[in-house]
Amino acid sequence: MSESLLRVSRLFKRFGGVNATDDLSLDVRAGEIHALIGPNGAGKTTFIGQLMGEVRPDAGDIHFDGASINGLSTAARVRRGIARTFQITELLTEDTALDNVALAVQAGQGHSFRFLGNAGADRSLLAPAREYLTAAGLAERADVRVSELSHGERKQLELAIALASKPRLLLLDEPMAGLGAAESRRMVDTLSSLKGSIAMLLVEHDMDVVFALADRISVLVYGRVIASGSPVEIQADTQVRAAYLGEGDA
Amino acid sequence: MADLKTTRGPASASRTYAVIAIVLAMLAALPFIADAIGQPALTSLATRITILAIGAASLNLALGYCGLVSFGHAAWYGVGAYVVGIMYRHYVTGDPLLGLSIGSDQLLVTLPLAILISGLFALVLGALSLRTSGVQFIMITLAFAQMLFFFFVALKAYGGDDGLIVRRRNALPFIDTRDGPTYYWVCLFFAVAWFALMSRIVTSRFGRVLEGIRQSERRMAAIGVSTYPYKLACFVISGMGAGLAGALMANHARFVSPDMMHWTQSGEFMIMVILGGAGTLFGAAAGAAVLIGLETQLAAWTEHWQVILGPLLVLMIIFTRGGLSGLVRLLRGGRNE
Repeated sequence: MSESLLRVSRLFKRFGGVNATDDLSLDVRAGEIHALIGPNGAGKTTFIGQLMGEVRPDAGDIHFDGASINGLSTAARVRRGIARTFQITELLTEDTALDNVALAVQAGQGHSFRFLGNAGADRSLLAPAREYLTAAGLAERADVRVSELSHGERKQLELAIALASKPRLLLLDEPMAGLGAAESRRMVDTLSSLKGSIAMLLVEHDMDVVFALADRISVLVYGRVIASGSPVEIQADTQVRAAYLGEGDA
Repeated sequence: MADLKTTRGPASASRTYAVIAIVLAMLAALPFIADAIGQPALTSLATRITILAIGAASLNLALGYCGLVSFGHAAWYGVGAYVVGIMYRHYVTGDPLLGLSIGSDQLLVTLPLAILISGLFALVLGALSLRTSGVQFIMITLAFAQMLFFFFVALKAYGGDDGLIVRRRNALPFIDTRDGPTYYWVCLFFAVAWFALMSRIVTSRFGRVLEGIRQSERRMAAIGVSTYPYKLACFVISGMGAGLAGALMANHARFVSPDMMHWTQSGEFMIMVILGGAGTLFGAAAGAAVLIGLETQLAAWTEHWQVILGPLLVLMIIFTRGGLSGLVRLLRGGRNE
């Protein structure tokens, strides 16, 4: 456990009468891909919200890199090295793909109380931004406005922006959702090329993707981890099969 | 900003500068033209528009670029004006305020102080208002502005309801500000300086953050930006611009009253910004020119001018989509987003 980058212990969150997060404990080791699977409504996105500081847990601890981050704001957590992608893309739609990434690069370079220089011609922003776009497979679409990008391209852009904040832990909220077969394959390639250098918590419904990428898998049902282990162990777990068959959703 | 953003090529950039130079030359020549066509009152009208354009442009930074719908912009405008009025009063009477002799009739003293004090007011009230967002933010900025309005109505020492008269315009070394055309050029100078500053700010790193905040605060947080200090800085700059406009207006009208910070004045600034095209640099100036021009023209025809102006504004905003800047884009054959 000493090598875990993210350690969540005994996290609780209730919405009215629903246990969105119910005694959830989980860890992500440096460099590994830890997949979080589970039926719709299992509380996966709520969990990511709590990791990012957007949702306050009722109880429990979140440790990142050896320190508690419970009280930190979202922005402060990002500066510590956690980044996320959104399931429903959250982008600056009036700006180009390049501008979106350049702004994330800018945010990583300290404060932005610089009032006079032209940020649109700043090579220290644009050059790294182009590299991140290339890494996410979007290099040719750099100067296209986000409002004109396809759904799949927006997902890739989400990834490029997340990479631009140089995270040590990346929280991926269904990065494949809504992608076509070719786009999905490209996303898997991109993620596996990052494997080892960035730890990832991967929330995903596509089991082929999960089994192709994950080092470990945890199964979340009704806010509770019912199983955790290597892909082989999870595949053999009868409880997991029951939960999935019972929900009829995978 | 759309213009500067889409015209990235060197050819179109130099064309943009050429257009700006021609417009500036025409504006500078306006007093001569007004005299030539026998309408010297036009210079005074142009002075008013120039001053209000500064105020509208500063609201545009908050509203158009950062998405902060402030309904209290007139408060900072009024504060700037009162700084001039109050300092002039003390200059005339020679009385100190709290033991300080604060009287002055020098524009180079009153103007920076007006900008500073408006900025301080915006800092304190903005720090509180920006704890809220959306409709609450609109209401709280409106409430603070009305509080200031009633404070000055009750402030009998400085004229209360009746306001303050500034018998003589603040003086500048070597320049006769009492001459109408000269004062117009002074205001034009400050307007050009303010717009130049705005154009730098909106393309800077700071400006990029403001644009990001307007489009998605959630995204900004997710890239590690704490938005509050940027919004506050934006709000303060916006307030300082309004203070500059207020101070210039106090000198132009040679009169200051609480009406300058009434909510209807905040509404007028908002209409100028939206009419001109929120988030476009020169839209604020165009909006000020069209609104004040129409008001003046229609008021000359009929006392029921508001009945005509209201629907006219609604139609313009609906059909141009993005105000006058949208109209320009349409005419050039571009399309609106």
